[in-house]
Amino acid sequence: MELQAVLMAAGGGSRMMDLTYNTPKPLLPVGNKPLIWYPLNLLERVGFEEVIVITTKEVQKALSTDQRMKTDVKMRLDVVCIQEDADMGTADALRHIQQKIKTDILVVSCDLITDVALHEVVDLFRAHNATLSMLMSKVHEFTETVPGQKGKKKAGEQRDFVGVDVTGKRLLFMANEADLDEGLVLRKSIMRKHPRMLIKTGLLDAHLYCLKRSVVDFLVHNKSVTSIRGELVPYLVRKQFSKSLNSKTATEDTERNQKQQDADHNLELLSTSKDEALVQLARERSCWNDHRGDMSEAYHGGKLRCYVHIMEEGMCYRVNTLAAYIEANRVVPKLFEEPPIHPTAAVSERSLVGSDSIIGPFCQISDKTSIKRSNVGTSSIIKEKVKITNSIIMNGVTIEEGCNIQGSVICNNAVIGRGADMKYCLVGSGQRIEPETERTNEVIVGSDQLMEI
Amino acid sequence: MADSVGRQVDSINHATEEDEKKQEIIRAKGEGKELTKEEKQRLRKEKKQHKKNKKDDRGPPEKEKEKASVPAPSKPATQSPAHKAAPVPVNASASESPVAAEKPAKSKAELRAERRARQDSERASKPGKKEVGQQSTSSKPKATPSELQPVVKRLPEHVQVDDPAALKKLAKKLERQQVPLRSDYGYKVSLFSHLHQYSRKNPPTQQISIPVTAIHPSIVRLGLQYSQGIIAGSNARSVALLHAFKQVIQDYSTPPNEELSRDLVNKLSPYISFLSQCRPLSASMGNAIKYIKKEISNIPNQCKEEEAKRRLQECIDSYINEKIILASQAISKYAIEKISDGDVILVYGCSSLVNHILCEAFEKQRKFRVIVVDSRPRLEGREALRRLVKKGIRCTYVLISALSYILPEVSKVFLGAHALLANGYVMSRVGTSQIALVAKAYNVPVLVCCETYKFCERVQTDSFVSNELDDPDDLIVTRNGKTHLENWQTVKSLGLLNLVYDVTPPDFVDLVITDLGMIPCTSVPVVLRVKNVDQ
Repeated sequence: MELQAVLMAAGGGSRMMDLTYNTPKPLLPVGNKPLIWYPLNLLERVGFEEVIVITTKEVQKALSTDQRMKTDVKMRLDVVCIQEDADMGTADALRHIQQKIKTDILVVSCDLITDVALHEVVDLFRAHNATLSMLMSKVHEFTETVPGQKGKKKAGEQRDFVGVDVTGKRLLFMANEADLDEGLVLRKSIMRKHPRMLIKTGLLDAHLYCLKRSVVDFLVHNKSVTSIRGELVPYLVRKQFSKSLNSKTATEDTERNQKQQDADHNLELLSTSKDEALVQLARERSCWNDHRGDMSEAYHGGKLRCYVHIMEEGMCYRVNTLAAYIEANRVVPKLFEEPPIHPTAAVSERSLVGSDSIIGPFCQISDKTSIKRSNVGTSSIIKEKVKITNSIIMNGVTIEEGCNIQGSVICNNAVIGRGADMKYCLVGSGQRIEPETERTNEVIVGSDQLMEI
Repeated sequence: MADSVGRQVDSINHATEEDEKKQEIIRAKGEGKELTKEEKQRLRKEKKQHKKNKKDDRGPPEKEKEKASVPAPSKPATQSPAHKAAPVPVNASASESPVAAEKPAKSKAELRAERRARQDSERASKPGKKEVGQQSTSSKPKATPSELQPVVKRLPEHVQVDDPAALKKLAKKLERQQVPLRSDYGYKVSLFSHLHQYSRKNPPTQQISIPVTAIHPSIVRLGLQYSQGIIAGSNARSVALLHAFKQVIQDYSTPPNEELSRDLVNKLSPYISFLSQCRPLSASMGNAIKYIKKEISNIPNQCKEEEAKRRLQECIDSYINEKIILASQAISKYAIEKISDGDVILVYGCSSLVNHILCEAFEKQRKFRVIVVDSRPRLEGREALRRLVKKGIRCTYVLISALSYILPEVSKVFLGAHALLANGYVMSRVGTSQIALVAKAYNVPVLVCCETYKFCERVQTDSFVSNELDDPDDLIVTRNGKTHLENWQTVKSLGLLNLVYDVTPPDFVDLVITDLGMIPCTSVPVVLRVKNVDQ
């Protein structure tokens, strides 16, 4: 077997608590399908036959009971539960399932919605025998108004600085703005080996990684690494250019240095294969080099290589903020071949459902209702004379007559009273909106869900 | 039995006929009448046939002489016992008797085969394994006569791209093996429309599932490395291929009710199809594959799987060691004799063997300098330049357009080869024949260095028949921010041709340095023959 897929679905959705305090993030409906369906669909389309899903008990229960998931997803799901309050990072989770991992792995996050040609990422991994291969995409500006947002969007969101070489494939440098104190620090060894480096900031990390098996073994030995994205990836990128351990220059090795060297040594050792001599011979005899201008051989003789595939076009969203969630809902119906109006939905003839809206199963849309550019979830009941524009209505919502809902997000099982006028609001799960209320740009959640200070 | 009787009757009749004719001739001569032309021709033909029959009869050993039941006539006494002996010895199996029945029309070669078969069966009967011997003898005569009949040479698929029937056959074969078909790209120049032309932007892995199931992952990796040019160069490709095969053998497990010797060969076929879709196989790779297949089929049936795998891995290791590593050392030894102090050596492109020779010569304190000639679009000379300069050798770098300018300075030309063809032609990177031609015009000796495992039985006299077309987009270059050929596909009358190989006639090559020694170009068929007999 070449690759095993690991789907990380235990995250809490900490950046959109308003949506996720009642529904776990993997089950949030996007385009009337649970969020976790999208990465699973991507893996299935590409040809995976089984996936290891790391998630919480709640999600596991939902996955096993959801009929639609069972019919849509034909792969075998090997669900591994972890405790929700264990506060496990992604790397911890990998360490947890270390026994199941027998080959190189493809780690996907549950909030990734993309139509990337996955072979581009995996080909880099295969062809260059890389240790890490990841996917990044150009950030799209979100155009929709986000409910509950006061003022303009903060531009100073934590940026990622990504350095690639001239070909645009080899990953040389990766740092987050938060980790940099005064400025960007580049090691001379990198500049000596790759004098031309392109540093990009407008990139979105898709959290899709191909990792070699030796990295998992490395994680087992180094229990201090908790997060893949936060710690492991920058570590691997840095390690590409650290001095190889063959040159033992410093004689004064303190205890800490020794441990560090042992850790590095482990990684290098674990990544060498049995027939290294033949691979070396083939590379020597081959007249190819990945860079020009200096006297060193291909890859500068380094054993660790990290590659990135940057998507120029195509759809790539990470649904981890409210804005992303709304944007995803807008864009995602284009991915489907299913009819926008589910056959089991009861849509009355005198209602107006726009072509860019989708209606979920078992909905009831009554007369004189107009639904434009919106998503209506499963089993929702929309009464007469309701106007819904640009909104996301989740499952089990009841909207009484005469409401006007614009640019809003209504979560599961909410009830909107008669004649309410909601503009750019977010109504939390299970909330009741009083009739004849007018709300603009507000987040309405239950008082017990408000953050404790 | 009846056969032999009938045959003897025939031979007797034949003999009597001949008697009559002889008497006729004597009579005619006696009567003073000159024989007519037709009669003379007829007689000549019969004499020839007679001579042939005599030789045939002497050929097969007279193992079991069947006692003639029919008394032999006096005159052609010598013929009949021979005729009697020729019919089938006791030990023969069914296939031999029809062969023996067609005796008069048999060719020398077929009888040689029969002789060989009989010798085999004799040898086999000695240790007592009669049945096995019989089986092998029965198969061998079956095989050899059919091989020796005129064989219709079938064109390989990769030079028949413009024939829709061949393409359909290929598509069906690939579908059966679950290997994706790679589609051609771009407009092909008409002279080369019979060859494949692929684009690097459409990798062969587009259509296979991501955790590959039909093809072993190391083969997929190898195919990608070939198609992207990460592993380029005849030796490198062969070594990488054998390395991948080692991994395949390591991960292989015999299915129940199958034999390793047959099943493993069948498993390798789709892999080889996949690799040839990624990049057409080179001659050295073809020879390596033949060797591996032979080794696998020679694994005895009672060998345990682990033992068999270990044996195969050792075979592969020894093949690489002998044919590539040791061969290059032997070639360097011979070549260094040809390098004298003060030489100016011209090399073209990046040949791993030539680089090795030059580095060795430098280590042995020879004083020489090198001129590296390079050509677009591959610009492999830069890599050769890097390796030589890193060693400390003084180098000059020119493009092939400056060849006639630089050649008066040159004392020798060392060229590498992709393959050596059976008619003495050298197949190498495109541009090599140009270099050999101009060097000949300037009377500069041209030495080609090539290991014997790259010798191939193909015969080619021009570079059109069988070649490789690389990605045409490689020819597009951006200078000063302008890319003139960016939309070359929209211009209907424009075709970009990126050839990879060309053939150099043996008249331009003065010496070929192989691990067997230094031979002239025309001795390649001799080496091939010696190799075949060895195997």
